[in-house]
Amino acid sequence: MSENETLLQVRDLAVGFGKTEVVHGISFDVAAGETMALVGESGCGKSLTALALMRLLPRGASIRGGRVLFGGRDLAALPERALRDLRGNEVSLILQEPMTSLNPVLPIGRQIAEVLLRHKPMSRKQAWQRVLELLALVGIPEPQRRAREFPHNFSGGMRQRAMIAMAVACEPRLVIADEPTTALDVTIQAQVLDLLDDLRKTLSMAVLLITHDLGVVAQWADRVTVMYAGRVAEEAPVGPFFQAPRHPYARGLLGASVGESGDAHYTTRRLAEIPGSVASAAAEPGCPFAPRCPETIPACRVRPPSLEAVAAAHRVACPVEVAKR
Amino acid sequence: MTASATGSAPPPGRLLRAFARNPSFVAGSLILLAVVAVALLAPWLFPGDPQDMVAAPTLWPGQDPEFWLGSDSLGRDVAAGLAYGARVSLAVGVTAAALGLLIGAVVGAVGGYFGGRTDLVLVRLTELFQTIPTFILVIVIVAIGQPSAPVIVAAIGIASWPTVARLVRAQFRSLREADFVMAARSLGYSDLRIIAQEILPNALPPVVVTTSVMVANAILTEAGLSFLGMGDPNLVSWGSMIGDGGPMLRTAWFLTALPGAAIAVTVLSLNLVGDGLNDILNPRSLQQ
Repeated sequence: MSENETLLQVRDLAVGFGKTEVVHGISFDVAAGETMALVGESGCGKSLTALALMRLLPRGASIRGGRVLFGGRDLAALPERALRDLRGNEVSLILQEPMTSLNPVLPIGRQIAEVLLRHKPMSRKQAWQRVLELLALVGIPEPQRRAREFPHNFSGGMRQRAMIAMAVACEPRLVIADEPTTALDVTIQAQVLDLLDDLRKTLSMAVLLITHDLGVVAQWADRVTVMYAGRVAEEAPVGPFFQAPRHPYARGLLGASVGESGDAHYTTRRLAEIPGSVASAAAEPGCPFAPRCPETIPACRVRPPSLEAVAAAHRVACPVEVAKR
Repeated sequence: MTASATGSAPPPGRLLRAFARNPSFVAGSLILLAVVAVALLAPWLFPGDPQDMVAAPTLWPGQDPEFWLGSDSLGRDVAAGLAYGARVSLAVGVTAAALGLLIGAVVGAVGGYFGGRTDLVLVRLTELFQTIPTFILVIVIVAIGQPSAPVIVAAIGIASWPTVARLVRAQFRSLREADFVMAARSLGYSDLRIIAQEILPNALPPVVVTTSVMVANAILTEAGLSFLGMGDPNLVSWGSMIGDGGPMLRTAWFLTALPGAAIAVTVLSLNLVGDGLNDILNPRSLQQ
């Protein structure tokens, strides 16, 4: 853990659809002002976790248990009305798809102004002034003119900047960014993430970055939490994680990515792969990764391992690794 | 602009051009404007009560230049009747459609947005109303109340909302899952605000199209009621003129044909406007 105060504490959060549980009691912390990356492959429950934190789960999904402590309040149990006052004000969300996340019939500036008017005691005039400042802050040129334009006049990257302006309008303490750059091309992706990182510093907010891109994690995150099949596999500061990932799944992920070391590229060597598929986790009573793991011991197949510290601020859910300590 | 629900809305200039280029919209709105003009100018064009017996009975059109569309069996001026009838038809049509629109939009929006049990109850209610033929329901309501303009408007409004409700519900069901609705939720907006500000403007295009057809249907229903003698007896309407002229169909057919034509032309113009709007507001037609 960093020496900063803890902003968000997630404890044993479980989320499910109908009879099936998808996120099985995960716990992690986000410290004030840091960027924490939640990584995992598609379907591992990371987006669902992000939505559960703000209680914005899709129809049919619900929180099964656990607590989401934010500034002394449990978001999982807070009345809807109190939660609404928090959303967009103290915690905000940046969605993946900038092309469809803005209301097509309202001018951009108006949409940002509405957030301010919803949460802050401001006049329309003050709000509009702030909108122009925010648009300039997120790097949209000619705010005066652009504020009056509609989303269809904006490119994907510009829309995502507008989305970020909306998310940070009320200077929240935590921004949850759910794959904010997946829909953008690589150069724009770097600009948008740099912007988010700058804003994090200037507005001293924390960012919970949901992603499946380890390159993004390496460049922009302070800490990383790896999820596999609805459980936390490993939790570590970015430096130690990329030097020596402890969980076999995390090692597999790094081995399978092209950017692991400078010369690694799919043209120079064959990428390592993780055998099997995530589907094998469904029937597994023990560690969800055991069916695909190269180093299983009998204890792995009995019950899901708990997260245990292997170094300072470095915890892993793997009995084999914990035994090596 | 509320032009498109899904893709990119066109700039206002292009939308105006799209209106001007659409022949059925232009034709429909010109006819409709003419009818509206006649309705608005009726007190100046034909001063005095259109129910007054001012001419010799059953004058044929052109027989007396003062009553150029003739007079009916009681000596009432047909031209004045048509002009004042336009007022009644349009007023009843527009207010009844507005009432139907209001009820339908509220029911559809609430059911579509909240879903679940609320939706189930509202859908059953809508279906209940849909099983009763519109005209029969209107007749029953008017028969229970007084045959006065407000009751007729209410009756037509109550009988015509299910179409709108189903349409609005379908729109809300798809739009409530839209990313910008999720984004609005993540910003702390209330349900009411999301319904009114985020979803409704995006759901409007098909509703606008339906509204013009609803006005046409309301005019037809009102004419039907008046024809049956269930209209407001203090008002001249196209339907009551047809009803009055009915017994003289063989000797003075123009007494039914002229108001009939007025109804046909007005309803046609509204349908043309609806068709035109349908083409114009369809996002696919704007992509080029």
